[in-house]
Amino acid sequence: MKNLLEHMGIEPDRLHFSWISSAESTKFVSVVREITAKVKALGPNERFVKKEAKVA
Amino acid sequence: MSTYTENIQQIAQRLLKECRVEMVIGFRKGSMPLMNEPCVITQPEAVNQLVWDSNCGINLTHYLTNRKEKIGIVAKGCDSRNIVTHITENKIQREQLVIIGVPCLGMIDRRKINAMVEGDIQSVSETDDAVTVATRNGEQTFAKMDVLQQNCAVCVHRNPVIHDEMVADPVPEQNGVDQYADVAAIEAMTPDARWRFFDELLAPCIRCYACRNACPLCYCPTCFVDESKPQWVGKSQDPMDVRTFHFLRAYHCAGRCTDCGACERACPVGINMRLLTKKLNKDCLDLYGWEAGLSPDARPALDVYKANDPEDFIK
Repeated sequence: MKNLLEHMGIEPDRLHFSWISSAESTKFVSVVREITAKVKALGPNERFVKKEAKVA
Repeated sequence: MSTYTENIQQIAQRLLKECRVEMVIGFRKGSMPLMNEPCVITQPEAVNQLVWDSNCGINLTHYLTNRKEKIGIVAKGCDSRNIVTHITENKIQREQLVIIGVPCLGMIDRRKINAMVEGDIQSVSETDDAVTVATRNGEQTFAKMDVLQQNCAVCVHRNPVIHDEMVADPVPEQNGVDQYADVAAIEAMTPDARWRFFDELLAPCIRCYACRNACPLCYCPTCFVDESKPQWVGKSQDPMDVRTFHFLRAYHCAGRCTDCGACERACPVGINMRLLTKKLNKDCLDLYGWEAGLSPDARPALDVYKANDPEDFIK
């Protein structure tokens, strides 16, 4: 899914997948930190966002 | 290829006379040039309707879904791979089918021809490697290679993968074609350029769903685009709704698509949505070594687990 979204032009750092056990609190924190840093660097998402409906 | 029609007719007649099948699904001449239409023959006397030429691009597997009868079906390479997919997905039983295999040299892209001739096409004739079209202004001949559908030009499975009868000896498979050159070209772009590329590609889409209706894989009783509780995707022509539809449709074909080209062929505005399905075909091949519909005994890439499945995308 990530591959096809990126093929369509979604930025590679926008979508993240991770597998974290409920016992892996430190991994959870580090993954969230990494993701927020990467997404903040990209800025607000402009893609796959529906703008207001066009009125003729 | 000139003997194909005759052989298909003979085989169909024999199958019907011997009551081995209740119907034969094949092609008959369409009411418009360059457009043959699917037909179902149930009487041995009617087999002379059946034809074969380079305008049989429609994928006949579409007509097999959930049938209970014994059926003879005319199948070129891609059709036969879709028949295998249908068997794998329990949409038809192998025992119900008599597959009349047709070694295929590619189908003509009518849009390419229409773009090159002036005036309405009145009739079309072809030899093994040339196509002649007649308009009011005279005749024009094209090399068949130049007017093939793009998916046929890069096809590497021209011969049926399963068959009970063959109408001719297998044709040589194409070696050394780069099947995925168009996908690779998109992969090489920046994300911004890719986004704009698909914006432009999908802009003419009118959401008619002809691509879905022509696709042999799209056999769900209710398609996700038609559901309203819940409504998975907006029904408007907002660019994001259009994009979501094409994205999800492509995903539903992941690991199943044989790149038969039925979707692109059916599109009234000529969108090449195969650039999405092909990307998934390429990923399936690169990541799992999987090509859809090559053997009824193999399980599809998306329903088997291997310990060495790539998982780079998971952190």
